[in-house]
Amino acid sequence: MVSRLILRVILYSFTQVLRLAAWRHASLAAFMRRRDCIAQLQLRDGSIGRHYIVRAGTIRARAGLHSRPDVTISFRDVPTALSFLVPPVDQAEVVHAAKTFRVVVDGPDPLVVWFMQLLNMIQTAGLRTGRRLRDGTTRYTTNTNGGPLFVYVRAGRIIRTTPIDLDRTDAPSWSLQARGRRFSPRRQATVSPHALTLRSLVDSDRRLLYPMKRVDFDPNGERHVQRRGVSGYVRISWEEALQIVSSEIKRMKREHGPGAMALYPSSHHQWGNVGYYLSAMLRFGNLLGFTRVHPNPDSWEGWYWGAMHHFGNSLRVGIPGPYGVAEDCLKNCELIVYWSSDPEKTSGAYAGSEGTERRRWTQELGIPSVHIDPFFNATAQLLGGKWIAPRPGTDAALAAAIMYVWVREDLYDKEYVRTRTTGFEQWRDYLLGKDDGTPKTPEWQEPETGVSAATVRALARLWGTRRTHLAAGGAGLGGAGRSATGAQWARSMILLLAMQGWGKPGVNSGGVQSGTPLDFSFYFPGYADGGISGELNWTSSAVLNYTRMPHLLTLNPVKQLVPRQRFPEAIIEGRCEGYAWDGISLEAQFAPFAYPMPGYSKIHMLYRYGGSSFGTLARSGRLIEAYRHPSLEFVVNQSIWREGEAEFADIILPACTQLERWDIGEWAGAGGYAHDAQAQLNHRLIVMQHKCIEPRGESRSDYQIFLDILSRLGLGAVFSEGCSELDWCKRVFDSSDLPKRISWQKFLEKGYYVVPPAESEALHAPPYLRWYAEGRKKDVPEPHPLPSQYAEEFGLGLQTPSGKIEFVPETLRRNCPDSTERPPLNRYLPSWEGPHTSELVARYPLQLISTHSRYSFHTYSDGKNAFLNAIPEHRVRIGGYCYWVININPGDARARNIRQHDLVRVFNERASVICAADVTPAVRAGVLKGFESSAEVDFIDTRSGLVDRGGCLNLLTPDRRMIQGTEGVAGNSCLVEIEPWDEAASRSALARERA
Amino acid sequence: MSGKWNMIVDVGRCNNCASCTLAVMDEHAGNDFPGYAAPQPGSGAAWIQISRKTRGEGEHIDVAYMPAMCNHCDNPPCAEDAGGAVVKRDDGIVLIDPVRARGRRDIVAKCPYGAINWNEELQLPQIWIFDAHLLDAGWPFPRCQHVCPTGAYRAIKVSDVEMQALARQQGLEVLRPELGTAPRVYYRNLHRVMKRFIAGTVHAVRHGIRDCLQGCAVSLQREGVEVARAISDCFGDFRLDGLPDETLLYELVLEHGGQQVRVPVESDVAGKSLGAIALAIPHPDDNVSM
Repeated sequence: MVSRLILRVILYSFTQVLRLAAWRHASLAAFMRRRDCIAQLQLRDGSIGRHYIVRAGTIRARAGLHSRPDVTISFRDVPTALSFLVPPVDQAEVVHAAKTFRVVVDGPDPLVVWFMQLLNMIQTAGLRTGRRLRDGTTRYTTNTNGGPLFVYVRAGRIIRTTPIDLDRTDAPSWSLQARGRRFSPRRQATVSPHALTLRSLVDSDRRLLYPMKRVDFDPNGERHVQRRGVSGYVRISWEEALQIVSSEIKRMKREHGPGAMALYPSSHHQWGNVGYYLSAMLRFGNLLGFTRVHPNPDSWEGWYWGAMHHFGNSLRVGIPGPYGVAEDCLKNCELIVYWSSDPEKTSGAYAGSEGTERRRWTQELGIPSVHIDPFFNATAQLLGGKWIAPRPGTDAALAAAIMYVWVREDLYDKEYVRTRTTGFEQWRDYLLGKDDGTPKTPEWQEPETGVSAATVRALARLWGTRRTHLAAGGAGLGGAGRSATGAQWARSMILLLAMQGWGKPGVNSGGVQSGTPLDFSFYFPGYADGGISGELNWTSSAVLNYTRMPHLLTLNPVKQLVPRQRFPEAIIEGRCEGYAWDGISLEAQFAPFAYPMPGYSKIHMLYRYGGSSFGTLARSGRLIEAYRHPSLEFVVNQSIWREGEAEFADIILPACTQLERWDIGEWAGAGGYAHDAQAQLNHRLIVMQHKCIEPRGESRSDYQIFLDILSRLGLGAVFSEGCSELDWCKRVFDSSDLPKRISWQKFLEKGYYVVPPAESEALHAPPYLRWYAEGRKKDVPEPHPLPSQYAEEFGLGLQTPSGKIEFVPETLRRNCPDSTERPPLNRYLPSWEGPHTSELVARYPLQLISTHSRYSFHTYSDGKNAFLNAIPEHRVRIGGYCYWVININPGDARARNIRQHDLVRVFNERASVICAADVTPAVRAGVLKGFESSAEVDFIDTRSGLVDRGGCLNLLTPDRRMIQGTEGVAGNSCLVEIEPWDEAASRSALARERA
Repeated sequence: MSGKWNMIVDVGRCNNCASCTLAVMDEHAGNDFPGYAAPQPGSGAAWIQISRKTRGEGEHIDVAYMPAMCNHCDNPPCAEDAGGAVVKRDDGIVLIDPVRARGRRDIVAKCPYGAINWNEELQLPQIWIFDAHLLDAGWPFPRCQHVCPTGAYRAIKVSDVEMQALARQQGLEVLRPELGTAPRVYYRNLHRVMKRFIAGTVHAVRHGIRDCLQGCAVSLQREGVEVARAISDCFGDFRLDGLPDETLLYELVLEHGGQQVRVPVESDVAGKSLGAIALAIPHPDDNVSM
């Protein structure tokens, strides 16, 4: 009876609480004014109830039940009601009560969500966010793909953004002793160049500010799909836009059935655990059902389809782990070989400029470096050292010759090979030519790679006599892995490591980009941990996030998938096949899947989300035909900017940037396939991503757009669980270890928390594979292999069938023993588009490599008239237009009469892209080098046909799979020709011809 | 604090990440700092501009970057006949008055370093102002230094006497000292932009097999006098850097195992690469493995 009384008192006092909150907080009062509503809280049997009448921002209440309330929240019993209404509220109880129907919410969705958000605001409205400074600015914080930032705002304007300097109240930095010196990092969260362009991106004149409809698109009449990418747009109201989109979603369900809508995100266009594609977007999609456009591991490729089979690590997509590697390198290593590795360019991934200081330490310690790359890259430029420039795609031949020298001159770790590996004899016989009659000598590789035999021998001898770190790729990855021979290269990297005793002191994979002595036991979810998605299959939410942050699980009932690289074929040809990127095991990749899948509809609607993908899809010109295919009845694009692809949509929904909404995230906290990617950092920073300014124009947050659409299907409450984005941030905060260290109030005000490093050397994560080299059980904190995947005993050995590093992988012998493109023995097989394809070389003699970009993060921060346009190594302004840069060797340029910053047409049969030539001997002869991932695509009609002057080099790259039976892309196996380009002449010639 | 501002830029550390250029744009694009600087155009000329210097070719290549900006000269040519539009502050910083300099395109041409940008929209000559507005508000250094991941920038506020001593001590240089402009921006490792090198690879040929020759003494001589000397490394590579920025005729003398090879070489480009030079000198002491 007492509890019934308590409930009545709470319901009674609720009015006063809300009034007081509205009186104290203008934001809450304003939110309350948005709607009129009669809301009722009651027990299901009606024995206790009270209704609240909100009119024009005022609230009054009456005891008892209203005859026609707008919103009803009914609790099964008194304990349930009290569990909701008496703080502290246990979120697990709340979610459980909802799942078991102990609480039921009824009413029109927009009103229900508004009322629940209003209730939450009582807790949040008074919170101080950001730090007020004496000069009248407020210092907010945010997080980007390139590191966290302070954001200084005055009068609704962003004044400046700066890297975050740690203050005295922040945790101390780690320090470590190496070779008689003590190293401790600079107390700043360093950033990548692109982080510093954020202000210009927010204020870009390319922002989408209003919902728009293609002028000749009539959802109730003629849709003119052929005009996609051509026709202009007319501004429409949000009401109309949401009406059209939600109607089309319903129509798809009604007329075509499950799977008719495909949801196609781009990755990395913003940062945060709430508004991310793996979070809010998946939750949105799951509540509707959609055909998943499944990504391929396009940065990893060779590691996943190749290297993984030799040593495991499927959960890391086949790249080695990070723990303790930087520390081991500084302490024990005598040589660093950077192979297709330019961490100064990519900063690993997400890691600001954190590795730079450590690389300078290696320089100060006198650790020499070798750089194997067709381009004398930024890391080589900074560190100096030996530059070895093989022809693109021939790296595996170079690697074989190094190993040949090791065998012939006895320069490898025989004991390790004998006890820690299998299949070496077969590999050795291949190297010595016993197997095919061709010894893989340095002289053998010379005509193939273009690297002198003498240099290869010198490298092999140096490497074979020094404790060496092999930095293959920036932090893994590497452009050599994204070519026809990408798997061969990545496989070779593992074999090289194995022959030198991988895991022993000073012998490891990575250099200093990753593996600092941080505390990885402190929990904060990474973005791939699924955020608020409730998606347990396609994120790593199930591992930790789902149990730590109680929320409603969501599920996409549509099993149908389309491989991202085959999306155009799926639309144009109506069918395609793929192989999955699935880190669960070594074997998952062998199972093909097909589109369409029986039982599901083909795709008739595309929900496109995020940045442009013309810059990231191989031979991306295929998208144009797909977009104009009559089977694609409706295309909606939800983007922040006009980047070239948005203009292929029927309806454009303008999203705001992360500075205009709430979010929360950890710097470089990727989670999932990049578990503990923070190991690249000098300090772990968990950052409140403040809403710093109001959304520009009529743009809305992604979360709000999803909510607005779902509310038209009665799914708003299920989607939001009554939460605003800020409420979700709090739930993420509560799910982490943060509340043990910092209050929510303090966190909101200060904006970040620095996780203290491991307290003592004994708590440093041990060097990767040290346990393996020493024959012990695994002792680094990564949740794989799965318990079932150990060969003998849990924790002992690797994920391979033998539990050892396998020179000739058993998983390949079992699943593709006769493959001529991926034979179990890692034979050198020349590229299917490269120097040996002579008929093609005759027409297109230059090899184009398009590497990860340096100044942008994929498409993020490129173009859009933002600050990066001022960086001449990124884009060059010619005649008022900012062109993408292509590097060409002086000899190749001379032969074609191309001079510095001339406009050039880079072309092959697939496409033509106009670039600005940057003539430099830093790129080897016979090679053109540019960045992938132009955000801009800008087709113009010329005498040479449709050419792109936006800079999408991926229009030129082959869409052939790296290896048949995989889904790997091979963008760096691309033959082209290049010629000077006179745009005006070409256009006028075309005009003359047409006239 | 007394003293005057100077900036030391280390060419050996700049890796062209361009964070400085971007930080200056972040600070100034669209932002008005009355008395200091009017807004910088959001796209267009950068106030800190990094120029690339590539020397050599093939395996013997060196790429260096030199950030260039207003030198805040003590004898600023831009101040001549500027009618008060150019201000030299007591702390050494030069400002172009964003009001009084309006329309003064002539000021742009006066800078021998090309460090003054013309803002077409505002009809205003503009420079990197050493972030004077921030230093005045208590910042310890300008933003370029704050964001530089390699530590290529170091702003120091010292007396002119102390700065001269430091420059001598550490071999700091200013750009075009012969002009007498007395820049306050100093450079370290400027040889990577201003000097030439001669480089090559020494191979030993034994039983028809070529190997990189480590430990070969390489002497660069001019008119019989040695001007530089190096020992080839494990790849057989040598580089003789810091040579005058002019075409000169040298003789390269390679000595190993009692054998001597003389090669005439002309420093006709910034980085002269001789490619591989083969010595056919079998000798029991040859140790090419390390």
